[in-house]
Amino acid sequence: MSLKHDIDFTLNGVRTRATVRVDMSALELLRDTLGLTGTKYGCGEGECGACTILVDGVSMNSCLMFAVDCHGRRLVTIEGLAADQAGKRAEALSAAFVEHGAVQCGFCTPGMMVQASHLLDKHPHADSEAIKRGIEGNICRCTGYKKIVDAIASVTD
Amino acid sequence: MSVSEKFILPDSLIGKRIVKMDAPEKAEGKTRYIHDINLPGQLHGKILRSARVHARIVSIDTRAARALPGVHAVITAADVPDQRPIGVARDHLPLKSDRVRSQRDEIAAVAADSEEIAARALGLIKVEYEDLPVLADPEDSRKPGAPVLHEAHPDNVAMRFDYAHGDVAQGEAESDVVIEDSFRLHYVTHCCMGVSGIIAEFDASGGLLMYSNTQVPFLHKREFADYLNMDPSRVRIVQPPIGGGFGSKLDIYPFEVIAVFLARAAKRPVKLQFTREEEFLASPTRQPVLLTLRSGCKRDGTLTFRQVHTLHDNGAYTSWGATTPFVMMQTFSSLYRVPHCDYHTVAVYTNNPYAGSFRGYGNLQATFAIEQHMDMLAEAIGMEPLEFRLKNAQDAGEVTGQGMVFKSCGFKECLTTAATRSGYSAKRKQNIADRTAPGAIKRGIGMASMLHVGGGAKIYPSDGCGTILKLDDFAHVTLITGASEIGQGSETVLSQLVCEELGLPMSAVTVVNNDTAITPWDVGVHASRTTFIAGNSAIGAAKKAKAKILAAAAKKLGVAEAELDLRGGWVIRAADGEALQDLPRLLRSLHFSDKADLVMTTFYYEPPSVHQDKGYKGDVSAAYAWATQVVEVEVDTETGVVRMTRVTGAHDVGRVLNRLGIEGQIEGGVVMGQGYALTENLLVENGVMKNPNFRDYKLVTAPEIPEMDVSFIESMDGEGPQGAKGVGEAPAICIAAATANAIQNATGVRIFDLPFTPERVYRALKGKGEKLHWKPV
Repeated sequence: MSLKHDIDFTLNGVRTRATVRVDMSALELLRDTLGLTGTKYGCGEGECGACTILVDGVSMNSCLMFAVDCHGRRLVTIEGLAADQAGKRAEALSAAFVEHGAVQCGFCTPGMMVQASHLLDKHPHADSEAIKRGIEGNICRCTGYKKIVDAIASVTD
Repeated sequence: MSVSEKFILPDSLIGKRIVKMDAPEKAEGKTRYIHDINLPGQLHGKILRSARVHARIVSIDTRAARALPGVHAVITAADVPDQRPIGVARDHLPLKSDRVRSQRDEIAAVAADSEEIAARALGLIKVEYEDLPVLADPEDSRKPGAPVLHEAHPDNVAMRFDYAHGDVAQGEAESDVVIEDSFRLHYVTHCCMGVSGIIAEFDASGGLLMYSNTQVPFLHKREFADYLNMDPSRVRIVQPPIGGGFGSKLDIYPFEVIAVFLARAAKRPVKLQFTREEEFLASPTRQPVLLTLRSGCKRDGTLTFRQVHTLHDNGAYTSWGATTPFVMMQTFSSLYRVPHCDYHTVAVYTNNPYAGSFRGYGNLQATFAIEQHMDMLAEAIGMEPLEFRLKNAQDAGEVTGQGMVFKSCGFKECLTTAATRSGYSAKRKQNIADRTAPGAIKRGIGMASMLHVGGGAKIYPSDGCGTILKLDDFAHVTLITGASEIGQGSETVLSQLVCEELGLPMSAVTVVNNDTAITPWDVGVHASRTTFIAGNSAIGAAKKAKAKILAAAAKKLGVAEAELDLRGGWVIRAADGEALQDLPRLLRSLHFSDKADLVMTTFYYEPPSVHQDKGYKGDVSAAYAWATQVVEVEVDTETGVVRMTRVTGAHDVGRVLNRLGIEGQIEGGVVMGQGYALTENLLVENGVMKNPNFRDYKLVTAPEIPEMDVSFIESMDGEGPQGAKGVGEAPAICIAAATANAIQNATGVRIFDLPFTPERVYRALKGKGEKLHWKPV
């Protein structure tokens, strides 16, 4: 079997240890090893954004990140977003997604939420055009994006 | 209750912006899709697909795979001698036995302790092939000497459709203008964000339990029982929340049957989930179509006839795509008043991916041709395109040549509303004048309209849906419906309709809609039918509950039932809204009494539509939906890049029930239509898919979406739930057709092939485009 490594990292504010295969992605670590299924597999090659998480405050496609590279880092997933500094707007954002009808099948929604949190953390005054560019890497097949953009815009400063 | 609350004011939920009931849990990442569910003892299944497009299977050697530690089962066709052909035409086995006919074909499958082990096991299976000639072009399929794909179909014809009303020869003779063009419609696919998956297990009593993403659980239940030679009552389907459907989950697919075979062989639950690449390769596509349309009109703008021939690329096997002519011919025969119509489709086998059902069901293809011809005919007789359309548009009361009865029809209002709100006529003229102005960017505006079933579609023996309504002793309602939820918001709109009848807030309802062991029968999520059919069913059950409650209240209060109503969780006096009896207490007094009666009702709604006759005539839907969409584009004439800037839509939806939900359906459909028109293109060369990934198969992303202006025409359908009609498919249908007309308006160049990629547009603008001329054999 493949080589394994022990890693030690912070996940949603909790110090976490895991033993991972060297070829394992951070997405597999989260979903299969740790059971946090809010982060979704959409494509496995960084094209759809369904697996977006925050790593040291930066949004990443967790499918493209090796699990071993989580060592020593601070990870935030949709499950821990509301409690994290970078996701300080998460509760308002979540309510806005609901109110604005930004959720249909909901499969892209966790990744979209994490990306939107990151976007607003870095650009609290983002206008609609900046929001559209900010979520360019997140595919939604249901909504046509308009209501997602409206939801994010409603919680800008 | 305070004095001021003693009288409860009337309040309606209809037309309000009601938030989707499951949106909070989805936004917080708490929803468990099939991908997120794992059962104790579960194994992971994987499928070995063909390495060839068309070949004879000489041998399959699974010995090494079977010997791999952690492998519990390896199956090939030889291991499941009881397997039967599946699909719409029962023309393929889940596991192929002696021959593969497409790149997706399933040869063997493995169940193992982990996905990694299953993948390694697949790599150890040796298959020896003997290549056969590949039939990649549907136009070659009926040529002499073409490879025969199915011995039962020596002419490679999978299905034929021939329809006629009137006499097209007479129509042509009466015409002042006749035009004929060929159109080529391409492959696209659903791209549901949640990939396909299933978990199959045989439960403790030997019954089959499937966690499935199907859109047709009750049809599946029956089909699986049939394929497995089981008692249908021992097949149970549970549907976890579904990560997108759009029509992709209407057929039974090999992976589903294979998962069941693996579970049977391994005697353990088996989960089988696609990779994204596999999702591209092995889930259905929209039907690629070659279409030649001949149309005519008189100088005064009266349409005279339409003659249509299509060649459908069926792919290697038959799924619902082959049957899209059911919808296509409706558009040709009945979108506009046309006295003579002749429609012919031949769906042929090829070694390409097979086509299934996809939101719009052939209507995008039909509308693409018709609405370009509407512009071209108008131009030929020198009439304004809007005026030409209005002259031929249907009205309420019309019975079409195909036997469709338009009881409610807001088509003309759709046309004028979309035209007015977009400034269509003035912009159209201005854009033509600006064609010769300096600058590479040219603006264009184009319109297209659609007709689609909006009150179900009577294809199966029943087009109905059942509801069970249970009120508990706190007046909380459990709405148990056969209708599946695939993200479209059915659970919310159905709850809304029940609450409207019972005078309850949305918070008073819980929906159960995902377990065939509990829910009553429904034919499935298709044909934009759920709001209409399941909605009427829910209302029927709620009315029965209301009658029961009011009868009990009348007796208790000593007043006539007709004087009472339900509002705000109370029995009220209808005349002035005075609250007389709170509902929970009334229900408890019924339940916990000598009578010991529960308020629990059932209703089955069957729409008053009819099956078509053998000539495809008949009023197949209880209502019809209409829409006009105006698309505005900017064409960069130096690069061929088309930017969609604005879409103005007017939709006859009968009545808006949930404004938030319906806007979301329309915006999503518009952008799906935009992808069909501009960016999405599944490239299949010699039977091999070239771009099975999101990098090379380009979906529309947020920065590219147009500004969207949506108006609702409320024609208040007499049969519809609160007057509503179906809307799910409508918004995707017109966009490509309207875009073609907009590009022509901008540049003077008309393009008959999709999608409008920069390369295609650039070549067309430089006069290098190939004009297709296709005639049926």
